[in-house]
Amino acid sequence: MTAAKIIDVAFRGTLGQFALDAAFTVPATGITALFGPSGCGKTTVLRCIAGLHRFDDGFCAIGGDIWQDRGGFLPAHKRPVGYVFQEASLFPHLSVRRNLLFGAPRGAATGREFDEAIDLLGIAGLLDRSPRNLSGGERQRVAVGRALLSKPELLLMDEPLSALDRQTKDEILPFLERLHASLSLPVIYVSHDIAEVERLADNLVLMQAGRIVASGSFNDVSGNPALPLALTKEAAVSLDAVVKGYDAKYGLATLEVDGGRFMVPMPPATAGSRRRLTIAASNVSLAREPPHATTILNILPAVILSATPAGEYETVVVLALGPDGAGSRLLARITRRSCDDLGLAQGTRVHAQIKGVALAPA
Amino acid sequence: MGLFPEIAVAVRLTIELAATATAILLIVATPIAWWLSRSRARWKEAVAAVVALPLVLPPTVLGFYLLVLLGPNGPGGFIAGLWGGRTLAFTFGGLVVGSVIYSMPFVVQPIRNAFDALGDRPLEVAATLRASPTRAFWTVAVPLARPGFLTGIVLGFAHTVGEFGIVLMIGGSIPGSTKVLSVAIYDYVETSRWYEASILAAGMVVFAFAVILAMMLIEKRVARAGE
Repeated sequence: MTAAKIIDVAFRGTLGQFALDAAFTVPATGITALFGPSGCGKTTVLRCIAGLHRFDDGFCAIGGDIWQDRGGFLPAHKRPVGYVFQEASLFPHLSVRRNLLFGAPRGAATGREFDEAIDLLGIAGLLDRSPRNLSGGERQRVAVGRALLSKPELLLMDEPLSALDRQTKDEILPFLERLHASLSLPVIYVSHDIAEVERLADNLVLMQAGRIVASGSFNDVSGNPALPLALTKEAAVSLDAVVKGYDAKYGLATLEVDGGRFMVPMPPATAGSRRRLTIAASNVSLAREPPHATTILNILPAVILSATPAGEYETVVVLALGPDGAGSRLLARITRRSCDDLGLAQGTRVHAQIKGVALAPA
Repeated sequence: MGLFPEIAVAVRLTIELAATATAILLIVATPIAWWLSRSRARWKEAVAAVVALPLVLPPTVLGFYLLVLLGPNGPGGFIAGLWGGRTLAFTFGGLVVGSVIYSMPFVVQPIRNAFDALGDRPLEVAATLRASPTRAFWTVAVPLARPGFLTGIVLGFAHTVGEFGIVLMIGGSIPGSTKVLSVAIYDYVETSRWYEASILAAGMVVFAFAVILAMMLIEKRVARAGE
């Protein structure tokens, strides 16, 4: 039954001038981000998985079902996928309600799932409107709802936020995070925005110029200094955390991750609930001695696993949390001078000072 | 109309002809337009050119070939023989065949343009929502191409009403069977019945005006919907 839990794809071919040679295998759980610069072939891979584009030299098996191999090609309308396009692409001749129900099985209009989906996406008030009269953010939420209600076994999202302005993005991201937390549906999420990927991704597939650079769990790929992502200014890691306590006086929650505890200001949360912490490498500084009298709340002992130059003046340090370095990994981006002054090297015990943690439901 | 039973017959015949031809055209032109819009075949533009031929050919040339095809020695004569007739020329059926061919480009073109304007996206969306190609065609492509269909219907109907050369070649002027409005006007002028001719001519002007106005309104609506 292990085959039932993986997404295994390989596509090879040319599209005009563009050559694609992409193969990867990731677990069919959580959100897998397909990340890379514009024009690197992410969307083409997604279209191949949906059956909207066909390379004769292709293989696609999702959760044990083979959708494409040498012998056959399952047409798009027979694949149990939901597809959210970059532009919402709602049917302009149908109301929001009929858009939502277009791909839904019969009788879904009165079902509990319908109510849950429109609740989750906050679109209950839009049902009888025409898509023409919706804002960009509302349209994209309806498009997500429409894809979900078609009961997909795999949700494909092609830069669903890239056509939206910053404010609308921030309005929709929480919906996607809630979706992630409340559904067991595997998702492949195409993006060239690392901030989105950090907030959402469990697995990461890095693409460049039609090829796969790396694939694996988000932290393994994003925290690997041998790969380009860890050396970028936006590099970050995500940690799974459990709420351990809440200090109502200061609005601070204690969150436990593998290898340490964080205190994070946030609205009241019940103990035991799960959160996802995203920590940018640029928000982590290092000290040899435990600092005192500082405004930084989160100072955790850690051990340096590696220090890699990033550009001419900076160094990216990979840390393992915990006094013996047995916990989660963390990235820190520091100047090369600090690195030399403190004599930081593999195995050095340090105190990681974390200023700024982004939270998401998990 | 009681004063002019002749005219009433011609008007009725014209409307019957135009309605029949338009109905058949919708059935024939829609798949052709769809194929021209979606196919990647290299020779599809050759097919499009054949469909568009009546735009350029003199009606008499079309009429001549149709006369040969529909006459006693052509396939039309053979088909007429199935029910004991001798020829399809100079019959209402023959006129319908001629009208369908003559008006074809006026129906195919707007429908094809509307299908072209859809692009691939709505059909891809439909496919990812588990709609078979047939269902996607009826529930997405056709409703979204509605303005093209309206334009096609109006133009097909109007062109059939206005055709003259072909009718004269293959229909003659048999009252109640092939004597449509345009031919009736011609006959009235030939026999110096100017009064009747002027009434029909004025009626055609009003009709043409209404058609063109309707077309412009449809286009305006489409432009607004596309915002």
